[in-house]
Amino acid sequence: MNHIAPGAQAGVYRYDEIDRQFVAERVEQFRAQVARRLSGELTEEEFKPLRLMNGLYLQLHAYMLRIAVPYGVMTSKQLRKLAEIGRKYDKGYGHFTTRQNLQFNWIKLEETPEILNELAEVDMHALQTSGNCVRNVTTDQFVGAARDEIVDGRVYAEILRQWTTLHPEFTYLPRKFKIAIMGAESDRAALRTHDVGVLAKRNEAGEPGFTFYVGGGLGRSPFVGKLIREWVAEEDFVAYLEAVLRVYNQYGRRDNIYKARIKILVHELGQEKFTAEVEEEFARLRGPKYRLDPELVAEIRKRFGAPAFETLPTVSDSFEKAKAQNAAFARWVGVNVAEHKAPGYAIATISLKPAGGIPGDATSEQMELVADLAERYSFGEIRVSHAQNLVLAHVRQDDLFTVWQALEANGLGTPNAGLIGDIIACPGLDYCALANARSIPLAQDISARFADPVRQQAIGELGIKISGCINACGHHHVGHIGILGVDKKGEEFYQITVGGDPTLTTAIGDILGPAITADETVDAIEAIVEVYLATRSDGERFLDTLKRIGHGPFKERVYAAH
Amino acid sequence: MPLIKDGRIVEDGWTTVADGEAVPADRPAIISFERWQAERDGFAGRNAALGVRVKSGTLAPAIAADLDRFALIAVEFPKFRDGRGFSTARELRERYGYRGEIRAVGHVIPDQYRFLVRTGFTSVEAPECTNEASWAHALTEITVAFQPSLDETQPVSLLRRRYGA
Ligand code: HEM
Ligand code: SF4
Repeated sequence: MNHIAPGAQAGVYRYDEIDRQFVAERVEQFRAQVARRLSGELTEEEFKPLRLMNGLYLQLHAYMLRIAVPYGVMTSKQLRKLAEIGRKYDKGYGHFTTRQNLQFNWIKLEETPEILNELAEVDMHALQTSGNCVRNVTTDQFVGAARDEIVDGRVYAEILRQWTTLHPEFTYLPRKFKIAIMGAESDRAALRTHDVGVLAKRNEAGEPGFTFYVGGGLGRSPFVGKLIREWVAEEDFVAYLEAVLRVYNQYGRRDNIYKARIKILVHELGQEKFTAEVEEEFARLRGPKYRLDPELVAEIRKRFGAPAFETLPTVSDSFEKAKAQNAAFARWVGVNVAEHKAPGYAIATISLKPAGGIPGDATSEQMELVADLAERYSFGEIRVSHAQNLVLAHVRQDDLFTVWQALEANGLGTPNAGLIGDIIACPGLDYCALANARSIPLAQDISARFADPVRQQAIGELGIKISGCINACGHHHVGHIGILGVDKKGEEFYQITVGGDPTLTTAIGDILGPAITADETVDAIEAIVEVYLATRSDGERFLDTLKRIGHGPFKERVYAAH
Repeated sequence: MPLIKDGRIVEDGWTTVADGEAVPADRPAIISFERWQAERDGFAGRNAALGVRVKSGTLAPAIAADLDRFALIAVEFPKFRDGRGFSTARELRERYGYRGEIRAVGHVIPDQYRFLVRTGFTSVEAPECTNEASWAHALTEITVAFQPSLDETQPVSLLRRRYGA
């Protein structure tokens, strides 16, 4: 079924010659920086932030290259290029991250300029995916497709991408800076765990505006982002962020790396004082120079193009029939498919969490398959979700069965989006020098234990998040069940938290009890699930039951054997 | 130490005077901001140009009241990673309308030169055996900018534009 002209990519910002020239210049700049490092003109200390701002990270065993997928949206052509790079320069796979990017874990320093060159061929780069700058902006993986969408966040995310690119004032911040933006009713981007979370909405006149949450963050000292302004008009969007960043750049702590994030500044100054500082700066900055012209917004919106949706009936007979005839397909639809705003279309999540697999990993072959499917069935567009899955955002309901069959045949049909098997895990001790414990094998063991899709579906919405140390790359604080790797006399132990929540009702999970071994952890998860299933009332999610009955019964069961 | 202006090493007409040493009355001299605060009355009748050197933690508002007394402000970067100076220079220009020379001193690298120019710096004190070519190159390697800044008078639009267009 080839109803879409090849190349008619819907939701991806189209580069022009200026964008391309910029990326090409950055590749050459990095090549020269590598040469100056090798000649000794740059010290290792001086070179480090330069390479980080080009996405190159030194890990435990090798260099890691983190490639930017701006706000998690890319084309089939781009995904094919990633597959090719994975095959040529890595071990035939790549790893999708919680910030909607892609990482290659086995890269050679001397090959990076060449890789960046290849990326530039498809308008991609690794800029500002690391370092103390404003990082790649993240957003809703269902942006532009979700039925509950109010404002299309992509346009503003692209505005932010441009505005933060080599920002002369804000490239040597006290610490990294992460912004997320959402424009729908439900928060799919964990806004309040970010340095800045922007909720886009509309006023009564239908004009877009933004609510700002500032100072969220996980890591050693977790904080929930505080609401510092309910409404920033569209034309003030850039001025307001400029004000937030200037306050941070001037007053953020630089004496201690663990206190350098904006969350600490907001905490130490207090929400009121911080807000007052920002407002003062904003009052000065606001004006013609920083005004975001609606014409400019319209121009950027145009560069995205709009998918040419067909007029379809709301109900597809062939789709309903396929569901009725195939229970596995019906289950996948029930779990992995979300409602689309256009009648007759659907949003399909491709789980990168097969039972016993490594969360977020995809082989080059799988990437190519997804690229093909996107081209044929979803306007040539793929999204990466912060839960480390892929998304085909605009599939006709008529085509879902065909898409599912192809996914299923290639290990990509796991029906567990949002369920207990959809685990977020950081790289942990397998890759990371800071880790206390391994994360990936534990994720594999848990997903293998809960492999049965029928059981997973019966358990319902339950997010497990694992970090190998307190830096919290795996967001364990906001997992419904969080698991943190700790070191006990040189051995790997795990601490369980419950009750975390990454949505706008953000909550940091509470510690359930003493840390336990990996094997005990898998049993403990099982015990928690059993208590939940035995006590939940109709329609109650894990978080609801927990709220109702408290930790006591869970703790009792988990530690009963001790 | 070599002074960089417009991508080239140039003659430095200024003398930096350490605290406690005599300030030459007949030629441009840079003193610490702390000294200025302690001895300001002593400079009341001075004819030669005066500059101050501010630490990275001394932000623009702290020196704003005296700006008309200084022909030069040297902003210190204790480490090149400490980016407060970028905000200081920018505020001196945009918020306080300062028109004199703003000089980056301390630890800065050529890879930051474009940012320095764009936030309002006019000169940079480079380390002794710096490679002049790297500074010149730093001004030409990227020709696209995405924000309004101080190296252009009239921004074309808020976001993307080309230099020198
Ligand atoms: C060798 C690998 C890695 C190392 C050494 C590392 C190191 C760190 C450190 C030190 C922090 C804390 C920063 C701070 O709070 O100021 C951090 C935070 C974070 N990392 Fe990583 N990381 C690694 C890999 C990853 C990967 C692969 C991901 C994504 C899948 C990731 C996602 C995050 C996120 C989302 C945070 C933010 C938590 C917060 O908001 O505080 N990291 N990482
Ligand atoms: S949470 Fe810790 S172990 Fe895991 S990737 Fe981050 S720094 Fe490494």
